[in-house]
Amino acid sequence: MNDIILELRGVKKSFGQTEVLMGIDLTVNRGEFITLLGPSGCGKTTTLRIISGLDMPDGGSIILEGRDVTYIEPDKRDVNMVFQNYALFPHMSVEENIGYGLKLKKRPRREISDEVEAALLLVQLEGYGKRRPNELSGGQRQRVAIARAIVNKPKILLLDEPLGALDLQLRRQMQIELKRLQKQLGITFIYITHDQEEALNMSDRVAVMREGRFEQIGSPAQIYDEPKTTFVAAFVGNANIIAGIAGESGDGNIAMLHSGGSVRAALRDKTVPHGQLLTLAIRSEQIEIARDSGQESGLRGIVKEKSFAGGMLRIAVELGSGEEIIVSRHGINSALKEGERVVLDWAPGDAVPVEDVGP
Amino acid sequence: MKNRTVLPNLYIGVLLALTYVPILLVIIYSFNASRISSMWSGFSISWYGALLRDRSIFDALRNSVVLATLASVCAAVVGTLGAVGMSRVKWKANGAVEYISILPIMIPEIILGMVFIVFFALIGIPFGFPALVVGHTMFCIPYVFLMVKARLAGMDKSYIEAAKDLGASELRAFYDITFPLLRPAIISGMLLSFAMSMDDVIISMFLTNAESNTLPLKIYTQLRTGVTPKTNALCALMFAFTLLMGGLSFWVGRRAQNRD
Amino acid sequence: MTENTRKARGLRAIHLTVLPIYLTTLLFVVGPMAYMIALSFMTRAERWGVTAVFTIDNYINIFQPIYLNTFVQSIRLALLSTALIALFGYPFGYFMAKLSPKWRKAVSFLLIVPFWTSSLMRLYGWIIIFRANGTLDGILMGLGITGEPLRLLYTYPAVVVGMVYVLVPFMIFAVYSSAEKMDWSLVEAARDLGASRLQAFLTVSLKLTLPGLLSGVILTFIPSMGLFFIADILGGNKVVLVGSVIQEQLMRSRNWPFAAALAAMLMLMTTLFIYLYRKITKVKDLEGLL
Repeated sequence: MNDIILELRGVKKSFGQTEVLMGIDLTVNRGEFITLLGPSGCGKTTTLRIISGLDMPDGGSIILEGRDVTYIEPDKRDVNMVFQNYALFPHMSVEENIGYGLKLKKRPRREISDEVEAALLLVQLEGYGKRRPNELSGGQRQRVAIARAIVNKPKILLLDEPLGALDLQLRRQMQIELKRLQKQLGITFIYITHDQEEALNMSDRVAVMREGRFEQIGSPAQIYDEPKTTFVAAFVGNANIIAGIAGESGDGNIAMLHSGGSVRAALRDKTVPHGQLLTLAIRSEQIEIARDSGQESGLRGIVKEKSFAGGMLRIAVELGSGEEIIVSRHGINSALKEGERVVLDWAPGDAVPVEDVGP
Repeated sequence: MKNRTVLPNLYIGVLLALTYVPILLVIIYSFNASRISSMWSGFSISWYGALLRDRSIFDALRNSVVLATLASVCAAVVGTLGAVGMSRVKWKANGAVEYISILPIMIPEIILGMVFIVFFALIGIPFGFPALVVGHTMFCIPYVFLMVKARLAGMDKSYIEAAKDLGASELRAFYDITFPLLRPAIISGMLLSFAMSMDDVIISMFLTNAESNTLPLKIYTQLRTGVTPKTNALCALMFAFTLLMGGLSFWVGRRAQNRD
Repeated sequence: MTENTRKARGLRAIHLTVLPIYLTTLLFVVGPMAYMIALSFMTRAERWGVTAVFTIDNYINIFQPIYLNTFVQSIRLALLSTALIALFGYPFGYFMAKLSPKWRKAVSFLLIVPFWTSSLMRLYGWIIIFRANGTLDGILMGLGITGEPLRLLYTYPAVVVGMVYVLVPFMIFAVYSSAEKMDWSLVEAARDLGASRLQAFLTVSLKLTLPGLLSGVILTFIPSMGLFFIADILGGNKVVLVGSVIQEQLMRSRNWPFAAALAAMLMLMTTLFIYLYRKITKVKDLEGLL
């Protein structure tokens, strides 16, 4: 049994007329790296601010190590935050910034300077203590913000899109470093991002949020390979979504009947009654594409457009129904021409039946 | 290409120079040996000596400095608290109070002087120093208020949140974060208040009594009744002081900018 | 602890911060203004003071030719001064925004210094210039342009010069702050699309700096209605403005209700202008001034 450090129970929050959180539940285990992933405006930052105490929920409760802290002021919670824009105090040196929390706890000066020194070492900023925040680069500020939070040994560290302002290369590097820090310190991290790659890379668990609700919570593998809904499939895996009617396939899988033809999918533990609407998620790289030569199985369509991006060739295929399916391949060459008739198919295990919740 | 900017720059230069002509003339004539100030009759610094021996000018100067200090300090307290408070306490009347509170610098001074004199007589604020302090404070508050407000509007809210997150109480966060960040704005507001108070004629004219003459009033009386180069000497010294203050506030402003 | 108790406690402490400005505003701005309006409807007592007898005579009195005339004269002077200030100040502010950042800083410093200097000292400088056989006469007669002293001191033009001189920085800073924010590439775009320099200025630059010009007009027009001491010092007793009449009624005639009516009238006109200012420019703060 896991050791639970934080629990959210039915947390609700509205700003004026807009309901931002519609009663969310979440349990976080000690020492875990959990990421709240979702598009902007999905309520992830609000969730973080409620955990930190900067915002009060309208309903529900927050339990930190068994204690109800719902209405406890942020300064009385053992939870620290790394702000999106870092929020380093511009009138204080790096040292003063990092030592601020300890100073408020009235620790002896000697001890503070030792802890600050150790924290600087930890984020690889030895010797930068006397500088002002405006004398640092973006990446260095980021490290100071992290050091300022972890020096207080919080029970939970909250990170609000901490890498959002950095360029891609620095981001990758910081991802690795953050993960290392988390392992080394054993502090529970609650991390926010809208970047699915970042979430899948770093987290023990990912909670996908959408419009004030959790859509799916699970390990990166679960989220990626077994999306529960069309939203998770599209947002996390950039998967194609195809809808048709469920039918008999005769081999333990389920068939999907579509105006473009019929394809199969593994049922897994789901049951879909025949004749019902069935929605499948299939990732672009798992689709097999071939010239139409009268195959029995598969969806028929026409190659509409080819483009090359990120080392992958993207082929857009328009089905007879007007739906567009993206197929991707490594490399830049493809024998297929635009306007050519093709058939799409896949291994049944690669297509996942998902709940249709809209895009 | 070049001569496109020559004319505009010349215009700026000429107008700036014209701005300083009256000031320079006053200073030049402070070194005039003659008592009749319209005739130049040789260089002398004797008027500065006469100025230093004049008790009544010293009293007026002291009154003005004490008054301007008190008014700008009171204005700093009320204006800063008001601007910070209004950003936190969202009362319905905030907009109206803000609009009314800056009226003293928006309406002609004569109206403010007029309403102060009748109202102070009504509620019994004694004319002279007490009335001057209240009156000057009221037209200084808007300067501090507006400066602090502008600074607050440009200030990142997450600084305060970060402080609270790190364990600071509301009061502590204000003391450690908000106040230091607002300090340049408060100081500029106070310097402006101080200068405005030091320069005020109209309000002071209404609120003063025989015992509490201010420096501008003293100069005003002399300008209307007859000036001696002693007045020039006084003005020259005041100008030097202003230059000092101006440089100081410019420096404070620059430092604040560098920080961001 | 529930949310309500936390809110209530937090509120009480923070209330104290807005209290001073609410109280001072109520007591020393709203109170005096309200009393002035009340006073303007009261009757002057036989010997000294006022009696609370309602009358509108004070307002009727304003329409006596002698007082009406001062209003007309004040407005005329204010309009003339404001027009000249706009004429001189607008190009200054506009050109200033085109300077390099370094020069902009220098020029604004040079502008601020006189602005901070005692206005009486600066007016005194003009007395030296204008008085008979003063600096101006010296130059003009020395060059042989005029044969005798012009006697400009204590004339209407002297007052206008004083007004323009004291108030022009307000206009410059207001225009400058809006010209500085302007996107100059828009002017280039207009030129590129075939506008002459004048056309580009009229259709783009002027339109975009109009808020600055308007706020400059309001910022100079309003104080110019009340700066009676400039008229006093440079105009002697030849130019009588509303401000002087109010002062005289207050200090010498001791007719407070009438002074209040005059001030209320002036206030009404001013409020109208402030209202227009906010309506037209949608600017709330006096950033141009500060």
